[in-house]
Amino acid sequence: MSEAAIATGADAAQIARRRLHARRKRTNVVALTLALAAMAFGIFWLIWILVETVRLGIGGMSLALFTEMTPPPQAETGGLANAIFGSLAMVTTATLLGTPIGILAGIYLAEYGQRGWLGHTTRFINDILLSAPSIVIGLFIYAAVVARSRSFSGWAGVLALALIVIPVVIRTTENMLALIPNALREAAYALGTPKWRVVLTVTLRAARAGVITGILLAFARIAGETAPLLFTALSNQFWTSDMSQPMASLPVTIFKFAMSPYENWQKLAWAGVFLITLGVLLLNIVARTFFRNRI
Amino acid sequence: MSAATLPASAYLGAEGKIRSDMNDRPPAARRASPWADVLFSTLAQGAAWLTLALLAGILISLVIGAAPAIRAYGLSFLWTSEWDPVQNRYGGLAMIYGTLMTSLIALVIAVPVSFGIALFLTELSPLWLKRPLGTAVELLAAVPSIVYGMWGLLVFSPILSRFVQQPLQGAFKDVPLLGALFSGPPVGIGLLSAGIILAIMVIPFIASVMRDVFDVTPPMLKESAYALGSTTWEVVWKVVLPYTKTGVVGGIMLGLGRAIGETMAVTFVIGNFNQLSSLSLFEAANSITSALANEFGEAAPGLHQASLIYLGLVLFLITFVVLSISKILLQRLKRREGVVT
Amino acid sequence: MTTSLSRALAAALLAGVAGLASAQDMTGAGATFPAPIYAKWADAYNKATAARLNYQSIGSGAGIQQIRARTVDFGASDMPLADDVLARDGLVQFPTVIGGVVLVVNIKGIAPGQIKLTGQLLGDIYLAKITRWSDPALRAVNPGVPLPDEAISPVRRADGSGTSFIFTNYLSKTNAEWKAKVGEGTAVNWPTGAGGKGNEGVAAFVQRLPNSIGYVEYAYAKQNKMTHTLLQNKDGNFVAPDADNFKAAAAGADWNKSFFQVLTDQPGKDAWPISGATFILVYKAQEKPASAAGVLKFFDWAYANGDKMADDLEYVPLPPGVKDLVRKSWAASIKDTAGKPIAWK
Repeated sequence: MSEAAIATGADAAQIARRRLHARRKRTNVVALTLALAAMAFGIFWLIWILVETVRLGIGGMSLALFTEMTPPPQAETGGLANAIFGSLAMVTTATLLGTPIGILAGIYLAEYGQRGWLGHTTRFINDILLSAPSIVIGLFIYAAVVARSRSFSGWAGVLALALIVIPVVIRTTENMLALIPNALREAAYALGTPKWRVVLTVTLRAARAGVITGILLAFARIAGETAPLLFTALSNQFWTSDMSQPMASLPVTIFKFAMSPYENWQKLAWAGVFLITLGVLLLNIVARTFFRNRI
Repeated sequence: MSAATLPASAYLGAEGKIRSDMNDRPPAARRASPWADVLFSTLAQGAAWLTLALLAGILISLVIGAAPAIRAYGLSFLWTSEWDPVQNRYGGLAMIYGTLMTSLIALVIAVPVSFGIALFLTELSPLWLKRPLGTAVELLAAVPSIVYGMWGLLVFSPILSRFVQQPLQGAFKDVPLLGALFSGPPVGIGLLSAGIILAIMVIPFIASVMRDVFDVTPPMLKESAYALGSTTWEVVWKVVLPYTKTGVVGGIMLGLGRAIGETMAVTFVIGNFNQLSSLSLFEAANSITSALANEFGEAAPGLHQASLIYLGLVLFLITFVVLSISKILLQRLKRREGVVT
Repeated sequence: MTTSLSRALAAALLAGVAGLASAQDMTGAGATFPAPIYAKWADAYNKATAARLNYQSIGSGAGIQQIRARTVDFGASDMPLADDVLARDGLVQFPTVIGGVVLVVNIKGIAPGQIKLTGQLLGDIYLAKITRWSDPALRAVNPGVPLPDEAISPVRRADGSGTSFIFTNYLSKTNAEWKAKVGEGTAVNWPTGAGGKGNEGVAAFVQRLPNSIGYVEYAYAKQNKMTHTLLQNKDGNFVAPDADNFKAAAAGADWNKSFFQVLTDQPGKDAWPISGATFILVYKAQEKPASAAGVLKFFDWAYANGDKMADDLEYVPLPPGVKDLVRKSWAASIKDTAGKPIAWK
């Protein structure tokens, strides 16, 4: 072939290659722009929801919110004191109830249950419970506790929330314990420490930052749960610190007030939403920074 | 030395001398109480058994509660759509359809967006932006669902009605199939609204899993592809995604499980309509969780309450299946990385 | 850190429990129809006597259910239970106030009391036979009213509701197709419409959805300044909803026979066609005489002192004769497990 023919052949190939290259570059740019757009889309919703919550909720923030009880519709004054207290009481008690069980089960999974069917099955079951619809848990507690004891009560609400705490704490405890290197355990065994002491004073202590983070995250999660409280703790327009009575809680009160046509109720609902979101977000941020600093 | 003062491990060694080694058995063991170990391991095992018992308890209680309805309807409950408390005839199709449809809409919107977010966070984002953006996405997951529900009803639905539903309805009015999909009152209530709000709720879950899973792709694979001249998009689409596809599907299933079981975000805007009268996405509908929240308090023990519990059982089983698939897929990915499962 | 924190929390909780005043706490649940007036009464009663009556408005259906399950001290329902059902369940029912269910609409340019409706038309709207506000049947009854050519968005109850019972009872009486196809009850197979939770939910939906129509107890329409409609009564007159017209509808009730009275579609020149009384359900044989006494004391106080508050919210207080009948029935029917009547005086 003449030199010119070879040159044209080479040119054609080069043109085709250049075109292919341009097309690939274009696809790349388009795809990456779409990815950026998706990121912006996700952040946009977060910002919009947070901005609306702040805008509509901050107007209702006042000292009265924390000192006055939930008012009847169209009353002049009113606050969310009983709901805030009820939520704090039930969420704290549920966390205190569920955490020991969760930690023990997490210890079992990480230290005793690596082989054998019990560990395997428990891990599987735990993941099911972790994402179980919370309203079904509320129904279970209604059938098992409320119907049998013939009263709605704060304790029933506590039990329902504890059932949500336990899987979360199990998961985080197991993950954190699994991260501790075996060398630490083996060193303790070599010194003659019995197993229970190794777990409690060496492994758990080393993982305590992560475990505490898990407990805080579980606390934040149940602070926002509404469905399990609907048929267990019901609600109460008055102040009560007696857990065997129906108790008001912030999410259920917000649910009731938000769906109503009364302006004073709606304003209180937004203030409540603002409080819950602020509390939950702060708790999450604290848990993460705490974990990051201690590890 | 008299015989009484010799250590127990003494022996007659070479040259007739009495010796005892450093390898003596230790003095009488000062063991910590042996029962402490047994007690502790029993406690730990007991806690694990308790978790099993809880799940069993929930399932048993659901089955017992739903027994009258199961006996009366059997499996035909799942495809009958008549829900008539006056005539005491119940069929769960409307609620099951609502649950599945809203979750489907949520996935259709959430999966591409989450993929884009994961892609951005792993490949595109500058290092200083990665942590805050990742945290921001995870914070979206922490917002309680009642906030989504309330925001959805009071802020989002009027805007959806004016800027999305009415134009959609106007555009597709005379198109045969799509027109039916977008018929009905464009008031911001219904399957579409619930689906979009669920999508926003579920995006952070799916995005986090996708990002974690993309992060553990062996750098060698990606670098080899780059070395051959691939663009970033091609590396992700042709190398990372096929490698992590089981994990990605597992994450999507996780998001699906969350969407299916969601009550509060849905019940504000779904319209609570127990019938399947039209294909429209704008019509009021109902989901299993919303029906339970609305009707359980008043259902008389009998067929009504049993039917509602039957619905709860169906929901639990759907969640169970979806989560089991998710778990199996995620475990399979972990096994490929070499983590002991 | 954690141990001392949890100790502090436990101490705080215990202190809270210990510091609780020992005033009688009663819990009741049910109808949203009278919830505004019960809330006002409970608030005033609490200020007057420090006793607390916790009323949760979860719907009449749930109220009946929860009193049957004995999870509350009393149930409230706008749907009266038939006498044989009461006997079977061991319950006693008595009325507290009378109110009216009104139709509210959200149409731009329509003022309260401008639209006229009849039972037949209302049934057709909720049967989805009439789907637009510009329907000729509606125009015929409303000459000169600027009804827009828009789709109607009906709103009804999602939960089991005595208000729904009163409304569907009225529709069954005035629209034969409704009676055949749907019937009456606290929860029916609604042919159309978005479902709101409670009277509050229906009112909230109507406030928000343009061109919607819904049925609520009049207090909700009045408190939220919503646009109500006129309705044609049995005598053929188009009447407006107010306390006098509810009273006119209740004039024909014979409370001596039984407390089971349904006040829809009553004859009378000014009678509002969708009126109804609302009822309290308690057990005949009381296992907890102290809370039973508390409940009866509250309603006795409300009968004596609550009339003005009821009037303000356009509820009709019971005539004094009926109140005495109710008190007599308490003495006669409600006893503790030993057979002694409850000492509520």
